[in-house]
Amino acid sequence: MKKQYFINANIIDPHSSINENGGLIIGEDGKIEAIGKKVNTNNLPTREKPTDLKGKYIFPGIVDMRVFVGEPGYEYKENFRTLSNAALSGGVTSVVTMPNTDPIIDNVSIVDFLKRRGRDKSKINIFPCASLTQNTDGTNMTEFGLLAKKGIIAFTDGVKTIQNTRLMSRIMNSAKDLGCLIMQHAEDYDLAKNGMINSGIIATKLGLSSIPDIAERIIIERDLTLLEKTKCRYHISQLSAGKSVDIIKESKQNVKFTCGVSINNLSLNENDIGDFRTFLKLSPPLRREEDREALVQGLKDKTIDVIVSDHKPEDEESKRLTFAQAATGASGIETLLSLSLELFHNGSVKLETIIQALTSNPAKILNINKGNLSIGNDADFCIVDINKPWIVKKENLISKSKNTSIEDKKLQGKVTNTFVKGIELFKI
Amino acid sequence: MAIATNKAIKISKKHLLGIQDLSVNDINYILDESEAFIKLNQSKNKKIDVLRGKTQINLFFEPSTRTQSSFELAGKRLGADVMSMNMGNSAIKKGETLIDTAMTLNAMHPDIIVIRHQDSGACNLLSQKVNCVVLNAGDGRREHPTQALLDALTIRNRKKKIQGLKIAICGDILHSRVARSNIYLLTMLGAEVNIVAPSNLMPKEIEKFGVNTFTDMKKGLKDCDIVMMLRLQNERMTSSYLSSNREYYEYYGLTPDKLNHAKSDALIMHPGPMNRGIEIDTRLADDINKSVIKEQVELGVAVRMACLKIFCE
Repeated sequence: MKKQYFINANIIDPHSSINENGGLIIGEDGKIEAIGKKVNTNNLPTREKPTDLKGKYIFPGIVDMRVFVGEPGYEYKENFRTLSNAALSGGVTSVVTMPNTDPIIDNVSIVDFLKRRGRDKSKINIFPCASLTQNTDGTNMTEFGLLAKKGIIAFTDGVKTIQNTRLMSRIMNSAKDLGCLIMQHAEDYDLAKNGMINSGIIATKLGLSSIPDIAERIIIERDLTLLEKTKCRYHISQLSAGKSVDIIKESKQNVKFTCGVSINNLSLNENDIGDFRTFLKLSPPLRREEDREALVQGLKDKTIDVIVSDHKPEDEESKRLTFAQAATGASGIETLLSLSLELFHNGSVKLETIIQALTSNPAKILNINKGNLSIGNDADFCIVDINKPWIVKKENLISKSKNTSIEDKKLQGKVTNTFVKGIELFKI
Repeated sequence: MAIATNKAIKISKKHLLGIQDLSVNDINYILDESEAFIKLNQSKNKKIDVLRGKTQINLFFEPSTRTQSSFELAGKRLGADVMSMNMGNSAIKKGETLIDTAMTLNAMHPDIIVIRHQDSGACNLLSQKVNCVVLNAGDGRREHPTQALLDALTIRNRKKKIQGLKIAICGDILHSRVARSNIYLLTMLGAEVNIVAPSNLMPKEIEKFGVNTFTDMKKGLKDCDIVMMLRLQNERMTSSYLSSNREYYEYYGLTPDKLNHAKSDALIMHPGPMNRGIEIDTRLADDINKSVIKEQVELGVAVRMACLKIFCE
């Protein structure tokens, strides 16, 4: 690989507190050699022709902590190849995959398969999760230690929640002993039973069973109570309610844990469901505008650590049904960054805070050397034209499934190039 | 018998999916048109030919006695060719989706599909996929527009107006599409609506629809002109909402004692089927001076004839 020079870029690397105009040099080994304002035409060798980025932005490659891939079992919804192409077009270079496949990722033998497929078919970095319980049944723990040794990054039942308090307590004990990260999808099943959307006037009007926000709060409060006793690495996958943000803000003063939010809950509210739009049937559900505002505030004041895409590809057939029958989830990895930038463009959140929640924060929680532009590290990064207007069109999506929650939405800011280990793998 | 048509007025919607979509003018237009059919249905020759040559398919995914037979009769009396499909024995059982069923039927060029489905919004989905008119005969717990229209016609017939009346809707509001459609319609036409239900059967934020809510039935019935009872929908109850039927009857069943809190000339309504001794005292259900339950069924045919005619034109 030839050495590459980029100049005149706005570089944001929250990990090293870099936020300045400058350049980037990538060595022949695909690693970062130099970065920042000192990289400019004055101190580059004259024989080299640097790429002038003319004020475009360079961000570290995004680390998306919540992604569903259809392999194994649901390859028709998404496979590693289509996932990585979709991710690259959105500037995402590392993903944490959920274990809700068929079969469930719950034992050592399947991890080898997963790693092999990830390595052969994916161009981005795949960090697989295994389930907390066997077959995500919520009864027996999986082998955290052995699975972690095989390369499992974290443990979660993905779309499911551990309901049994005693089991959750034991999971935390094991996770503490073995140093494993556990991630909880917070929803009390009894309160959320058959629920599809937020409780309130919209659910009453549409005649749909609902999921009250206390279903989330009760699990969070229970887990944080357990966590006070057993201090393990604990992460709440996604928040949806304003009340949850309050509780987390207060609890973070006493006990160490982290939490995330889906870009869907940061950008949309329950009114967007309109006339039974099944693409907006999400888990956790979209809630009131006040909840969305509280989540944005939580991101702004850093109560919320991470933004995720909650990328859940579903084929057309799973969505062309009545709301009750339709599958839950939306495809979102391609639009994660652009949609997040909306929060910057409308003045809600600082750009650096958004990039931090997409890169260095998830990397820190996962304890991986990604999501930064430090010298000597793999050159995983994206170049972004932060003002470029574009419209989300189903037919232009790269993901195998087209179930976007923001069809026809006008966005501002688009990834123009994405690099992994110094190799340009996506270009507009 | 000739049926007068007010050609100047047009309905504002292509499909009848819910009362929410209608304007006050639309509702009054449908009710006015229904009047003529009441007389037709009482006459010797009940058949006219305004829908001759039209095909009506009744697509019922849930069991129904009165709504299905009412729509079938309505279509036949207007001269349409009516086909009622019992979806229990259909391809749906073989795994076909609603949309595929709809596309199959659509290929046979029907003019009207009347649909009842257990999922809220099923009729909306269907209406997006077919070329013909869709009439909602009840979707999940969302809407049952023709029931609300026939209730309004019954009230108007007896009380000569709806505006200013005080109307109590009592019982299992949470699972009831009839309650929702009636709330929209009656508040639009200027009635004061009281909702009476135990908290477990009261939908969230229902007061935002402009109704008063009561958990004490006697207070909710106070000075009401109409008492509309709803069936306890045990088949939709997925977890424990109530301790027992007998306790429910004690607190929320309509008894002469509770009815005394309403106006002395208050009328009793029920969309049927009734659970006698659970939500209503059997004597009250059959009291010909107070109960208009049979009249509701009778006017139901007239209202559905009006809807078929208006939406099919």
